[in-house]
Amino acid sequence: MTRAGPPCFHCSEPIPAGVVIHAHIGGREEPVCCHGCRAVAEFITGAGLSDYYTYRDAAAARADETPRPDRWSAYDRPELVERLTRAEPGGARSITVLLEGMRCAACSWLADKALHLQSGVLDVSVNPATARARLVWDPAKVRLGDLLRVLEHVGLRPHPLAGQPAEQLAILERRTALKRLAVAGFGMMQVMMFAVPLYIGESSGMDPGIRELLRLVSMLVSVPVALYAGWPFYAGAMQALRARSISMDVPVSIGIVLAFAASVWNALRGHGEVYFDSVTMFVFFLALGRYVEMIARHRAGSVADALARLAPVTARRARDGVIEDVQAMELAVGDALLVRTGEVFAADGTVTEGAGRVDESMLTGESTAIAKEPGSRVHAGTQNLGAPLSVRVEAVADNTVLSGIVALLERAQAERPRLARAADRAAAWFLGRILIGAAVVFAIWWFVDPSRAFSATLAVLVVTCPCALSLATPAAIAAATSALARRGVLVAHSDALETLAKATHVLWDKTGTLTRGLIRVEEVRVLSDTPESECLSLALALERMSEHPIARAFLASGTGNTAARDVEVVAGQGLEGTVGEQRLRIGHPAFAAGLAPALAVPDGLEGESWVCLGDERGLLAAFRLTDQLRPEAGECVARLRALGLDSEIVSGDEDAAVARIAARSRIQRHESRLSPEAKLERLKTLQAGGAVVVAVGDGINDAPLLRGADVAIAMGRGSALAQTSADLILVRDSLDALPETVKLARRTQRIVRQNLAWSIIYNIAALPLAAFGLVPPWLAAIGMSLSSVAVVLNAMRLSRGTELGTGGGWSLQRPAEAA
Amino acid sequence: MSIVYVLIPLGLVLVGIGLWAFFWAVGSGQFDDLDSPGWTVLKDDERPKDHSPKDKP
Repeated sequence: MTRAGPPCFHCSEPIPAGVVIHAHIGGREEPVCCHGCRAVAEFITGAGLSDYYTYRDAAAARADETPRPDRWSAYDRPELVERLTRAEPGGARSITVLLEGMRCAACSWLADKALHLQSGVLDVSVNPATARARLVWDPAKVRLGDLLRVLEHVGLRPHPLAGQPAEQLAILERRTALKRLAVAGFGMMQVMMFAVPLYIGESSGMDPGIRELLRLVSMLVSVPVALYAGWPFYAGAMQALRARSISMDVPVSIGIVLAFAASVWNALRGHGEVYFDSVTMFVFFLALGRYVEMIARHRAGSVADALARLAPVTARRARDGVIEDVQAMELAVGDALLVRTGEVFAADGTVTEGAGRVDESMLTGESTAIAKEPGSRVHAGTQNLGAPLSVRVEAVADNTVLSGIVALLERAQAERPRLARAADRAAAWFLGRILIGAAVVFAIWWFVDPSRAFSATLAVLVVTCPCALSLATPAAIAAATSALARRGVLVAHSDALETLAKATHVLWDKTGTLTRGLIRVEEVRVLSDTPESECLSLALALERMSEHPIARAFLASGTGNTAARDVEVVAGQGLEGTVGEQRLRIGHPAFAAGLAPALAVPDGLEGESWVCLGDERGLLAAFRLTDQLRPEAGECVARLRALGLDSEIVSGDEDAAVARIAARSRIQRHESRLSPEAKLERLKTLQAGGAVVVAVGDGINDAPLLRGADVAIAMGRGSALAQTSADLILVRDSLDALPETVKLARRTQRIVRQNLAWSIIYNIAALPLAAFGLVPPWLAAIGMSLSSVAVVLNAMRLSRGTELGTGGGWSLQRPAEAA
Repeated sequence: MSIVYVLIPLGLVLVGIGLWAFFWAVGSGQFDDLDSPGWTVLKDDERPKDHSPKDKP
C-alpha cells in the first residue's frame, strides 16, 4: 500500500505497490500502472504523437487492462454503415462520434492527429467542450470500423451517435444566445456613445436638432436590444406568471419594458427624459450572466448522451437462419440476438444458449460479474464478458430496465425539493414595494403638478430599477462558477451553490466514490513453501486468460509473461489450468482446494474478498482483494466535519466491506446492502428531519439518489448518467476539492448577501430623491451604473481568492472568465 | 456641426456591418469551439525527434 514513486506516465494514477511495468517512450522507460496504459502510451508515441503528453493539462483516463474483444466489426459492413451515417459530397460519408475519456484540448488534438494518419480521412472536427467528433471519410479507402479502432487505441472510446438531435439543439441554443449577447453589447456601446453628448448638452447647451437626432438614433439602436436581446427574459417572465410564481425574470422584464416604453414615448414626443443607456446596459449585463450559465450547463452533458454511451447502436440478429447486423432500434420482441464476448446487450432478454458472465456494474454498481446460463435474464447496457450468448429479446427501447432507470431519474428530479432562491424572494418583495411606491408618487404629483407626475414616476422606476439587485446573485454565481472550474469542479446547476452553503449532511456512495473503484490484491497469505512472488505470477498466468474484474487485480499486481494452458472457466467458481507441468486452480477457497483430495479449507478465508490458489498438493496461497480507499478520503471527511457536515455511507455492497471503508475514512454511520430505492428512502428520511443533504456518487445505481438530493455531486470518471443527475461534477476525479467547494459556496452566499444589502440601501436612499423630482436622467444612469459595477466588482473577489490552492489547469473555462 | 448628420448614420451603418459579420461568423460555426483551434497550430508542427516517415500527410 505504499504510494511512493512516480505516478503512471499515461493516466497519472498512483502505481500500486509491486507493479513494475514500463512503457518504451522515445528511448526511455516510463513507469505505467498497467498493461492497458502501456499499450496506449506506446501506441501514441509510436504514431509520433508524443506531443500529447507535453501539452495536455488533464490526465488521461485509465486504460482498460484487458484488451477488449473487437466491438467494431459491425462498422466494417458497408450496408450498415450506410444506414448509420450521412452522405457527403463526392461519395464521402460522415458520422458524429461521442468520445469517452476526453479530458482536455490536447485529447482533441490527439484524436484529430491519430485519425489523420489514416488514409481516406477527409475531415475531422473535434469539439472538446462537448466531447464530440465529426468524421468525414471516403468509404472506398477506409472503413469506419478502422477509424473507431484507432480512437480506441489512443484511449478515447468512441460511441457512434446515429442521428442525435439533442446536440444540434445545444449548438443552436448557444449560437442564438451569442447573437443576442452581441446585439446587446454592440447596442450598449453605441447608446453610451450617444448618451454622453446628451448629458453634456443638458448642462452646457446643445443644438436642438442634434439633440433630437441623438435621441432618435439612441432609440433606433435600443429597439433590437430591448426586443431581440431581451426576449428570453420576457419569455421566462411569461412562463413564471403562467405558473403563478415570480422568478427573477419578472422584475427584470417589468424594469426593461417600463423604462424602454417610457423612453420611446419621450423620444417620439421630443421632450422628457430618455433612459436608453440604462436599458441597454441592463440587458447586456443580464444576457452575459445567462450566457455563462448556459455554457456551464451544456458542458455537463445530457441524458441522451449518457444513454448513447450505454446502449449499443447495432446488434447481431439471427432470423430464419440468417445472421445479420442490424440497428438496435430495429429489434423486436421475440428476435434472437447473438452477443459475442465483450459486446454490450442491445435489449433485455433471456439467455437461450451458452453460459457465461455478464458485467452488470453499469446498472447495479456491483463490480463482480454475474454468471448467466440458459433461462437467466440479461439487460440492455450490460456487457458480456464470457462466452458468446444467444438471447431471446423480451423488451426493447422504452421497456428495458435501463430506460426504467432513466424514467426514475426524471421523476426524482421533478420531485426534487428546491429551496426558493433568497435573491428571487427579496427581489420580488422589493419590486412589489417599488411598484406601490411609484403609484403613490404618481398620485401625489398628479394633485401637486400633473405635468411632472409622469417624469417623476419614471425617475423612481429607473433609479430603483432592480439592476444591481438582479445582478447581485448572477454575478456572484458566475464568478464562483469560474473560480471552481479552474479547480476542477464543474457547476452544472448554479442554484446548487446556494443550497450547498446550507448543507448539513453528506451521503457517500462507497465504490468509485470513497474508493477508487479498482480491485487490487491487498494481502497475500502464503499457505505453502512456495514464495509469494511465485504465487502471484502463477495466479497471473491463470487470470491472464480471464476478463473477469478480479483478473484485473492480478494483472496490476503480478509480473511475468507466462500464460497457462488448457484453461477452463468454471462459472461462479474460478479458473483451472496448467502452468508448466503444474495443474492449478484459482478461485473460491473450496474450489481451489478441490484439486487436492480431502483437503480442508483453513479458517478465516470466508467471504467474498478471499481468492485462493491451489494445486494437487494443497492450497498455495490466499489473496485478499479489496477496493482501495481514495488517499484523500479521510482528510476530506474530516474537513467536511470541521465545516459542520456529517458524513454517512450508503452502499449496495456487503456489510464487512462497507464497515472497513467506514472505519478507515472515519465515518461513523454506514448502511450496507441498500438498493437504489432504499438509498433514496434513507435520503428522504434525513430530509424529512430537516437536513439539507449532499449526495456524492459515481454509478448509475446512485443516479436516483443524486437526483433526489438537495445537492448532487458526481465523480468525473463516474458513469455519464450519474453526471447528468449531478449539480456539481468533480472533473479531476479527486475528493480534494470538495471541502473547498463548500467553503467557496459559503463565501458566495456572503457576497450575495452583501450585494443585496448594498443594492437595497442604494435604492432606498435614491427613492426619495427621485420621488421629489431631484434626479436628472444623467445622475440616474450614473447611479445605476455605479451600483451595478460595485456589485460586479464585489462578486469578482470570489474568482480572485487564492485560498483554494493552486490555480491553473482546466483550459475549457475561458468563456466563463469573461464574466 | 452639421457633419454629425452624416457621421452618425454612417457610424450606424458600420455597426450594422459589424453585427452582420458577427452573425455570419456565429452561423458558420466560428464560435462553436473556442478551445481546440488553439491547438491546430501544433498539428502541422512535426518535432524532429518524434518524426516518423508516415507522419507526412
